[in-house]
Amino acid sequence: MSMTVFFTAIISSMLINNIVLFRFLGVCPFLGVSKKTESALSMSAAVMFVMVIASIVTYLIYYYVLRPLNIEYISTIAFILVIASLVQLVEMFIKKTSKKLYKSLGIYLPLITTNCAILGVAERNIGSNFAADYGVFQGLLVATTTAFGAALGFGLIMFAFSSIRERLDAANVPPAWKGVPVSLVVAGIMALAFIGLGGIV
Amino acid sequence: MVKNVQAKKAELTRLSNLTKGFIKENPVFVSLLGMCPALAVTMTLETSLGMGLLVIFVLTLSNIVISLIKKLVPPQVKIPVYIVVIATFVTIVGMLTQAFAPALFDSLGIFIPLIVVNCLILGRAESFASKNNVLDSTIDGVGMALGFTGALMLIGFSRELLATGAIAYGTYLPLPVSGSLLNLEFYVVNMAVFNGAAGGFIVIGLWLAFFNTIRLNQEKKQELERQRFIEQKKKEALERKRKKALESAGEPA
Repeated sequence: MSMTVFFTAIISSMLINNIVLFRFLGVCPFLGVSKKTESALSMSAAVMFVMVIASIVTYLIYYYVLRPLNIEYISTIAFILVIASLVQLVEMFIKKTSKKLYKSLGIYLPLITTNCAILGVAERNIGSNFAADYGVFQGLLVATTTAFGAALGFGLIMFAFSSIRERLDAANVPPAWKGVPVSLVVAGIMALAFIGLGGIV
Repeated sequence: MVKNVQAKKAELTRLSNLTKGFIKENPVFVSLLGMCPALAVTMTLETSLGMGLLVIFVLTLSNIVISLIKKLVPPQVKIPVYIVVIATFVTIVGMLTQAFAPALFDSLGIFIPLIVVNCLILGRAESFASKNNVLDSTIDGVGMALGFTGALMLIGFSRELLATGAIAYGTYLPLPVSGSLLNLEFYVVNMAVFNGAAGGFIVIGLWLAFFNTIRLNQEKKQELERQRFIEQKKKEALERKRKKALESAGEPA
């Protein structure tokens, strides 16, 4: 297993299969928390934090608990419970260790439980069956890298989109298009632009 | 008599409870809930309808169960309990789809387990089913899910028509017949971009702007009418005053 696998995983999950623009995961925070660049970046940081930890934990649970017991079919219930309690745990941990970090990430953490990007990436990591291609342990590394790349892609799009929205606020938009409608069309144009990256890997 | 009137009133509120999700509080176009499936599975009318059916099933049953157990659940663990209830129904519905509509299961893919984190379902559980009785919660669930299905089908219809120029049926849902309706091939409308991600965003943006235009026009009309009404009342009052003044001026003479 060479480094190319990890490099490919990051580039492909960050740019080519961007979770917001091509997989439609995490559209709610994409539309809801992107009015200001600062809050968009805080949300992306919180998502990255939880997404990487959640995909490691769900991967381990799937292969070391659900698989041996032959109860893979309850994976959705198990994953969402794990993610909900993980978010709670991370929130408590941050609250105890760093007041400053808690102030900037705290309000976004409870929202992350219902962020479909987290559960979506966890489910997709299992669905892509990395363990069959690379073995259970190395599959875990690839899955983690993929989650990291997906979170980077989320951050990239959040940053770009929030910068555009700050500009849009100052623009003279027709009243019926103000707010979400024009943002959605902008997102569509961004998705068109990202199609151009399709041939990289 | 009073009892009759009250019963009628309850019936009316139930009806409005059912229909409020259709247009006035439409989950997709007004509250912007459940945007992920609204963008992801609306490539065709049929996949939209399929997703809508799954959501109707899950939302109705989860609303029923949550309103049944609302008194047993301690408030500290409310959200995790609701999520487990919803996830159970999602697992059931996923298995049923895999068994009876495998093509739909494949095309919806990851978005079937993701019904768990659809904000619409948890939102109704938290804001309605945990406070109301079973019957009302059922009606609310059915109404909201029907509104969601309608919105999804509208998006799916426009995207499929723009992308392929026709509406196919029988491909994803297990219908006895299959084919396509509305064949507009003579009129070249196959813009494949609407089948992809970009088209989803743009179509929803266009529909939202369309509904906003209607809403703004209505508000403008209402505002104009209100102002006209106020003017008229003012005029009447002035007239009355003048008449009174004239009368009182004429009395001594």
